[in-house]
Amino acid sequence: MAAWRKFKFYPEMMQMVRFIATKLMYVLLTLFLLATVTFFMMKAIPGDPFMGEKKLPPAIYNNIMAKYGFDQPVWKQYLTYMNNLLHFDLGESMKSANRTVNNIIQNAFPNSAKLGIVAIIVSVIVGIALGVIAALYHRGLIDALATIIAVLGVSIPSFVLAPLMQYFFAVKLGWFHVAGLKEPLDYVMPVLALSALPIAFIARLTRSNMVEVMNSDYIKTAKSKGLSKAIIVNRHALRNAILPVVTYLGPMTANIVTGSVVIEKIFGIAGIGKYFVESVSNRDYTLIMGLTLFYAFILIVARFLTDIAYAAVDPRIKLNSRGGGS
Amino acid sequence: MNKRKKTGSIMLALVISVSMLLSACSNNGGNNAPTNGGTNTPANQAENNKSGEAALAAEQIFRMNLHAEPPTLDPGMTQDNTSGTVLNAVMEGLTTVDKDGNVQPGMAEKWEVSEDNLTYTFTILDGATWSTGEPVTAHDFEFAWKRVLDPTKETPSPYAYQLYYLKNAEAYNTGEIKDASQVGVKAQDDKTLVVELHSPTAYFLNLLSFYTYYPVNKAVVEANPKFAAEAATHSTNGPFLLTEWNHNESLLLTKNPNYYDADKVHFTEVRLAIINDSNTELSMYETGDLDWAGRPTGEIPIDMIPSLKEDSEANLQIQGIATTYYFNFNTTKEPYDNVNIRKALAMAIDRKAIVEKVTLGDQIPAFGFVPYGIKGQNDTFRDEVKDSYFTEDVEQAKTLLAKGLEEKGLTKLPTIELIHNEGEGHKKLATAIADMWKTNLGVDVSVQSQEWGVFLTNRTNLNYQVARAGWGADYNDPMTFLDMWITGGGNNDTGFSNAEYDGLIKKAQTSSDPAERMEAMAAAEKILMDEMPILPIYYYTGIWMQKPYVQGVWIDYSGEIRFNYGYIAEH
Repeated sequence: MAAWRKFKFYPEMMQMVRFIATKLMYVLLTLFLLATVTFFMMKAIPGDPFMGEKKLPPAIYNNIMAKYGFDQPVWKQYLTYMNNLLHFDLGESMKSANRTVNNIIQNAFPNSAKLGIVAIIVSVIVGIALGVIAALYHRGLIDALATIIAVLGVSIPSFVLAPLMQYFFAVKLGWFHVAGLKEPLDYVMPVLALSALPIAFIARLTRSNMVEVMNSDYIKTAKSKGLSKAIIVNRHALRNAILPVVTYLGPMTANIVTGSVVIEKIFGIAGIGKYFVESVSNRDYTLIMGLTLFYAFILIVARFLTDIAYAAVDPRIKLNSRGGGS
Repeated sequence: MNKRKKTGSIMLALVISVSMLLSACSNNGGNNAPTNGGTNTPANQAENNKSGEAALAAEQIFRMNLHAEPPTLDPGMTQDNTSGTVLNAVMEGLTTVDKDGNVQPGMAEKWEVSEDNLTYTFTILDGATWSTGEPVTAHDFEFAWKRVLDPTKETPSPYAYQLYYLKNAEAYNTGEIKDASQVGVKAQDDKTLVVELHSPTAYFLNLLSFYTYYPVNKAVVEANPKFAAEAATHSTNGPFLLTEWNHNESLLLTKNPNYYDADKVHFTEVRLAIINDSNTELSMYETGDLDWAGRPTGEIPIDMIPSLKEDSEANLQIQGIATTYYFNFNTTKEPYDNVNIRKALAMAIDRKAIVEKVTLGDQIPAFGFVPYGIKGQNDTFRDEVKDSYFTEDVEQAKTLLAKGLEEKGLTKLPTIELIHNEGEGHKKLATAIADMWKTNLGVDVSVQSQEWGVFLTNRTNLNYQVARAGWGADYNDPMTFLDMWITGGGNNDTGFSNAEYDGLIKKAQTSSDPAERMEAMAAAEKILMDEMPILPIYYYTGIWMQKPYVQGVWIDYSGEIRFNYGYIAEH
């Protein structure tokens, strides 16, 4: 019997490898399709990087367009771009002369990442804490307060919350700098603006699961055995209650990453999001493509990690089952 | 309540602790300069106190918002105001322009002009040096200008046409001639630069203060063509050094101790923030994180202007700048090919109401195209030539409209399609004018907001009926406004063509008699207003706030900021 079990271990490994390989293939296919669609859509919108209220003389304009290969048919430009992409060369920004897109991402991403990671950690910890407290004091005053916070978090968009915080905490009370990300305190407002929605969502999710779990038979058994409340919550209830939160990690990362576009602008943080919006209105083709692909890559990786995490946490989920968490 | 407060503080503590962890391991910016400055305090502070009008504060740090990342700090590649604002502080051309708009010597200590006004001989100032230590020579200028004009350059210079005043410059830039030595700029020796012009240009000395005419450090650029991408590799020659450039975040300029006029430069540091949210900028001004907000690089939200005007602490400033806001008519499209219809529309709006109730910034109603602030012969052009070309008169507008419709064989004007680029201000103004046309002339108007790129493409391709437009000065002469309406002009997005107008512009361009030039340009503007291919609305104002202790910083005629000789008064 024991030998047979060992034998079975091997196919499980294979299953894992196959799972990851298939996922990677999907990742590449998604990126390829996205690059293609973005490229042609981008070329289809009117305008170009060298337009302006004051037009360039035709000779200069045509010369510049030719230097960037824009005089070529679009499919040729597409092939050139894809070829460069295969070599991980995202090209030179057309607006920021002499700066490569790779360089811009390298410069800007650490700022976005710092903010994003803090926001994710804060969301998870505060969200779960709020949810657990609300569930433990089910139908009490604290539960009501937690619900109010949750509803506010879900319903106030970050672009409203951020200026409100700036006005009260920075202008009126003078607790924080209005903008920037230089000191630890500078993180408070942008992080809260980014994580308000995920906190609210996670709190609601945790609360409803907690309430359900606390009423289940095995918790009642534990209570009747005389175990302390702390042990029951930590050892028995919480683990089961936060399972659904793991599934929310993927969408939450997406939320925080996209939310940072607005937050970075409002708080003047030199991250990817601040470049992204400008790149579109500037028709900075290479930067639009580079940032779109980079965003997509981050989101796909977040999804991928969520899938694996979910499979790891919940043994009932099989790796090869379709759409596990995605 | 108590518990809620507690959760709040727990949340705060959590954010702080996590962020501390992360920021501790990422101290790469080097941007942690002490906020109380004083590290760069020059020894001659006491001397400075004598020269200033008010007593100088101990700390001479000026902080303003640049609003956007400068696309480049290569003067040869620059074509935008943001980059220009930085370049004006860290670099300098042969001449500079003072507060009154008069040309002053810059890198050139003196010059001689030939009798035919075609040849200029400049002598480079002794003691003009690059930040890297070498002297600025005439060769640097020759190299810089030819580099801008070189059509085979890896990235061609968009503003090369600013140098088309030089002999053979256009021919070389467009590839007609291949030999760069035929271009009218030549360094005779290290100190002497000889410049030959294509035709006499009254405002040429003024042009030389513009960034496309700045020199570049030949040795540095030849070694590294991408020198201007980072602060560390840049070589500058202006009153300030480019000390830090944290992309899309901030720039730090520090006083250049080797600048020839360093005695008159007071700011030890100029900190330029890059915040592209105008509400954030306003908050930063309120908390004292900025000494200056709004014009030229920033922006004050329109709906805040009325309350800021009342608020004496805000210290709101409004000053006319040389830019005109107007509508284009597509004169190739019926019925806008009819002059009476165009005139009727121009006469049927109330410009005073627009500036008082819609734009709110004390803008000046425009009845001409050349704005205030542009030099004429002795005074400004607008003061010498009044813009009394037409008046607002609803009754006459109705008569003209009826006449125009009759000429076109129409009984009613088809719905007017008015397009503008995105922006709350443009939208409000377009809607107000649509309403005036509806009320005064009984015509229907459909107002459309279009994304910038889409809008520009439509306007360029004459795919519109009436379109919003704005034009600012490139140089201080009425020509910068009037030459755009010549037949087939690159920026003439109206299809307007008038042989007499073209002739007058040609005459003004080639004449070297100031009186004759001004007369020709005034006559041309009159034709423009008689034919009305454009509908002038208002002359812009620059709106900004400056802390009362900021002195000696000014906004020039075109709306650009000049802070090189500014100082912080004791407060």
